Amino acid sequence: MSEPVTALRGATDAAGIVQIREIGPRGMITLRGDLSDKATIKAAVAAGGVNVPEVRHCNTEGESGIAWMSPDEVLIMCPYAEVHARIADLRTKLAKQHSLAVNVSDARALFSVTGPHAREVMAKLSPVDLHVDAFTPGMFRRTRLAQVPAAFWMPQEQTFNIVCFRSVAVYVYDVLKVAAQPGSEVGHF
Amino acid sequence: MLTIHCPNCGITAEETEFHAHGEAHLKRFGPGSSDGEFEGYLFMRKNPKGVHFERWRHQNGCGKWFHVARCTMTLEVFGSYSAQTYAPPQDILDHIENRRPGWQESAT
Amino acid sequence: MSTRLATGGRLLDTSKPLNFTFNGKHMRGLAGDTLASALLANDQMLMGRSFKYHRPRGVVASGAEEPNGLVHLGDEATFEPNQRVTTTSLFEGLKAKSQNHWPSLEFDVGAINKHLSRFLPAGFYYKMFMYPRSFWKHVYEPVIRKSAGLGAAPKTRDEDTYEHFYAFCDVLVVGGGVAGLEAARTAGLSGARVILVEQTDHWGGRAPVDGGMIDGASVDDYITKTLAALEGMDNVDIRLRTMGAGVYDHGYALAYEQLTDHQPDATGPRHRLWRIRAAQIITATGAIERPLSFAGNDIPGVMLASAVRDYVVNYGVSVGDRTVVVTNNDNAYLTAIALKHAGLNVPVILDARVLPEDRGLVAQAKALGIRVMMGHAISSVKGGKRVTSVEICSQAGEGAVLEEIPCDAVAMSGGWSPVVHLWSHCGGKLRWDTGLACFSPDLDNPPKGADGMTFVTPAGAASGMFALDDVLHDAFAAADGVLTCLDMKVPSGVTSPVAERREESPMAPIWMMPHGASAKLREKAWLDYQNDVKVSDVRLAAQEGFVSVEHAKRYTTLGMATDQGKLSNINGLATLAGALGADIPTVGTTTFRPPYHPISLASIAGEAKDHVFQPIRRTPMHDWHEANGAEFEPVGQWRRPYAFKRGGESTHDAVMREVTNTRQKLGMLDASTLGKIIVKGPDAGKFLDMMYTNMMSTLKPGKCRYGLMCSENGFLIDDGVVARIDDDTWLCHTTTGGAESIHAHMEEWLQTEWWDWKVYVANVTEQYAQVAVVGPNARTALEKLGGMDVSKEAIGFMEWVDGTLGGFQVRVYRISFSGELSYEIAVDASHGQAFWDALMAVGADLGVMPYGTEALHILRAEKGFIMIGDETDGTVIPQDLGLHWALSKKKDDYLGKRAQERSHMTDPDRWKLVGLETTDGATLPDGAYAVTEGTNANGQRNMIGRVTSTYRSPTLDRGIAMGLVLHGPDRMGEVLTFPGTDGTEYKAKIVDPVFYDKEGEKQNV
Repeated sequence: MSEPVTALRGATDAAGIVQIREIGPRGMITLRGDLSDKATIKAAVAAGGVNVPEVRHCNTEGESGIAWMSPDEVLIMCPYAEVHARIADLRTKLAKQHSLAVNVSDARALFSVTGPHAREVMAKLSPVDLHVDAFTPGMFRRTRLAQVPAAFWMPQEQTFNIVCFRSVAVYVYDVLKVAAQPGSEVGHF
Repeated sequence: MLTIHCPNCGITAEETEFHAHGEAHLKRFGPGSSDGEFEGYLFMRKNPKGVHFERWRHQNGCGKWFHVARCTMTLEVFGSYSAQTYAPPQDILDHIENRRPGWQESAT
Repeated sequence: MSTRLATGGRLLDTSKPLNFTFNGKHMRGLAGDTLASALLANDQMLMGRSFKYHRPRGVVASGAEEPNGLVHLGDEATFEPNQRVTTTSLFEGLKAKSQNHWPSLEFDVGAINKHLSRFLPAGFYYKMFMYPRSFWKHVYEPVIRKSAGLGAAPKTRDEDTYEHFYAFCDVLVVGGGVAGLEAARTAGLSGARVILVEQTDHWGGRAPVDGGMIDGASVDDYITKTLAALEGMDNVDIRLRTMGAGVYDHGYALAYEQLTDHQPDATGPRHRLWRIRAAQIITATGAIERPLSFAGNDIPGVMLASAVRDYVVNYGVSVGDRTVVVTNNDNAYLTAIALKHAGLNVPVILDARVLPEDRGLVAQAKALGIRVMMGHAISSVKGGKRVTSVEICSQAGEGAVLEEIPCDAVAMSGGWSPVVHLWSHCGGKLRWDTGLACFSPDLDNPPKGADGMTFVTPAGAASGMFALDDVLHDAFAAADGVLTCLDMKVPSGVTSPVAERREESPMAPIWMMPHGASAKLREKAWLDYQNDVKVSDVRLAAQEGFVSVEHAKRYTTLGMATDQGKLSNINGLATLAGALGADIPTVGTTTFRPPYHPISLASIAGEAKDHVFQPIRRTPMHDWHEANGAEFEPVGQWRRPYAFKRGGESTHDAVMREVTNTRQKLGMLDASTLGKIIVKGPDAGKFLDMMYTNMMSTLKPGKCRYGLMCSENGFLIDDGVVARIDDDTWLCHTTTGGAESIHAHMEEWLQTEWWDWKVYVANVTEQYAQVAVVGPNARTALEKLGGMDVSKEAIGFMEWVDGTLGGFQVRVYRISFSGELSYEIAVDASHGQAFWDALMAVGADLGVMPYGTEALHILRAEKGFIMIGDETDGTVIPQDLGLHWALSKKKDDYLGKRAQERSHMTDPDRWKLVGLETTDGATLPDGAYAVTEGTNANGQRNMIGRVTSTYRSPTLDRGIAMGLVLHGPDRMGEVLTFPGTDGTEYKAKIVDPVFYDKEGEKQNV
């Protein structure tokens, strides 16, 4: 099989007030099921390598992690090469549970936005309170980014990771560049 | 532009994250129903000036449906609650009664 | 003449001269100037021509309410019309041009209109240009458009960038005068998140110009101290050049930040539109002075008293050597006193009131030796392009001239109106304040938020508090009240500052000067400078029955255009009330709508322009298509190749070639955009039986079935091939446009109706790149790739298999939308391009060519396959399309089943799908209607059908079409007439919609 190719082949841009980078490919699994069920939790933890997060949060460690998506859905992240094995493992472990585990690694694009102005750039595009007291590392937010659905979290202060659909990767990258254009510092946060 | 609270993920956000889907608590009528029942289900809507129960979806968010009780006149929101119910919960009804005493009489 | 004074100008930096041009003339100003103050400093009082009569107009005001000083700014890519001289900060190299004149500002041909003004009264255009109707478009409108109107539209593309910013706060304070500063300080000290915005480039508003003492120090000291405190608070963001533009539902507010208008060479976006969600909003938006209605009040040199004062104190500009002050209140005396202190001459103060004693400012003015005439008024202002004198009369009389006083400026004050716009935008009501003769916020009827509670509080002059001490106390109280709503508190020990109070006499409402002004005087007394509406026009409107204020506004144009009547509205209302014999509160106001002051359209678009105007969805092979001649067509937000053009061929030729090559050899289609939805669970079969009209629960794993989806109305909404993956898992293909909506449709039923059914759904559309490999050579191509058995025995028609091809993990579906031997192959999207390349490589000597959506359409139409959106339009049911075979008879229920039993749905007269074959081989026009004898009630020809799809078929070398026709299937062989839009008539025979390979042998090999 060929080497996996991301939507933008790892494009980066540092011309503006933040650094924008396409990261990935990243293994991503949509797991739907009863998030209070012990076997489901156990299987998710095994696949994601971290604990199942609280509502609207995510736990990440390097390329692995779990993000809370909705009351019956988590997004499990893992190295891209391992995704098929992890799905197979999930399906085996959850054979008796009513659940659904599907590979969405290739359906997504993943970006990072880094720098002291990261919060400002994101606040130009998403209708979310990104004040330092309101949005903190560990939280996970599904919303829109300009005109497309997206989700983001902060692996650490000054960095956002953004997940969007693969088909709009070019749009998201371009719109982030516009929002980060030189001279556009807001100075609000 | 309204702010809406999603009871499924707990987020309060602006309307652009959501999509409204019309009147709530409609009873489905399928094959075997009378023309009158089916017409009521498919076409007849309350469209009140005042308290209204609506279906919403957190479209650019957790993707889940829920219900909102709202005043179509003042846009006051009385509360959000689960989509998996046939009628508004008592605490929502109590709150509406508190804010709009006698609203049910005037709605009929 | 107007000129720069040797001293004064608290906002100026005299060390920084700036060069600019007005109508090409070089002028000099100073840093801190507005364009208005700089023009006045250069004795440029004449700044434009009025809208209707082309009368010479000078600046009247010093702020956003300015109706006259509108200019074209910049040129080419920076050109912008209707820019206010009073709100434009001067910068080096600024280029301004006056507008609405021809051939020049000084000499204007349109000014002839002013001599015709008797013949151009209110409603003139409505009355005059009614008939003949055809004249409107070709004669009246072009002439009116040339002679009326404001600025010119830009002709060059705007090169600037714009952005939005989403901000959240506890308290938004609009207005950076002393009220706003005090409210922000108080709120900030409590720890609340505060945003304070000020539309101008300086803090403090009017208070420093009007003077006074706060806590024993000057107003300027108070501002400096308060600003320092605000700047030291991390929880407070303060912004100059940022206007609170509108207040909307649930605490939503827009603020318009002008970032580079005053520094065009700076990098970054030009405007930033703040989309603020505030728990509480304080509107400290100040007040606007009203003009007085006297004859000749529009002659350049007649200005608001506050503006005259602003130019002297803030900009060191004298608008005239001899200024007559005319007033109905104490406040205008400040102007006389300021002018006197600046060494300028004030021949007389005409005070329409008769006061029992001289107190406060009146006494001060008299002490300075200024002549004060109580009970007097202006009968008429004399002058053309500039004031030359005023004729004085008694306010009580009809205007008999008592004395003529030479002067070159008039400072007028008719009292003050609170800026209630933002309070009113979201439903705040107003009350009439009799003492101040103005509308102010009715605190008992405020705008209410999501919780039904007040979320806007006015403060200071905006709430009708005009004395400095009242303003400060009101602002403090506003902040205190707002904090209480937020469960926060003003820290103990923080109190309101105290200002020194002035003795003041009450103002007197004066709506016409003199009181009994004759018709001749009223015809020269302007209410609305921008729209040329006079007292006589409003009276005429009332006489003609326009008693509603909203109607009178539209009829006279009072309060329309770019200033929306900031100066004119109250005087206009009072005049209307007077004419109707009603009181002002009964007449009411017109509706205040956002934005408060015009904002750029581009700021509303924000970042959404040029390449990011809208999201464009790209498949994993998009770049390849682009590099290989693809002409794209939009399918929703997707861009799909319509055809791949080679060499110099036309699009049509490319499409014909692609169809023929696919039928004869091998075609490849990027089918990645088709929706793919996984449905899984113990109840998935039951669920899909409800979603589809067909039975999906009986489908065997490994098999595919074409399915139809209807809405509860019975209408077809989507179609596609469903594959059963395993016992409890199905994969549903949808149309390209249906992926998101059908996914949402499924979730809706699962979440809101059948929430106890055990089914999970996931949209995996973008996980896969999907390639249709189509044509007689398809199997050979896949065999060359190798890795799995693709024989008929291994994968029969309408079956699917997982495997590997050429080393790629694939899922292969034997389905055909073309009637040819066809495989649709899904591969993980990250390998999509590599897989496409591999297929192209093995297909090279098999005649492979990519094909686009138009070839896809022709291939399916030749086979009589329907297309959602062509054969369906939201009113078509499966029965109309002869798809009865796809409607399960065994099921009690499916979505749409009950609706399809309604009488209209079972009506035998519904138009039904047939094939159409032109008698001469031509191609029918798309959407053409078949006509029959007779006409309908509207005199149109009766229609019996319409074309839904029509193409040139290269396979059959003729035009083919499908259409919906009355009793169509029963009329095979009949010839119908289709009039074209070009006058020609097409004849087409009703035939079977399957034109090609009726037995379906080719796809099943």
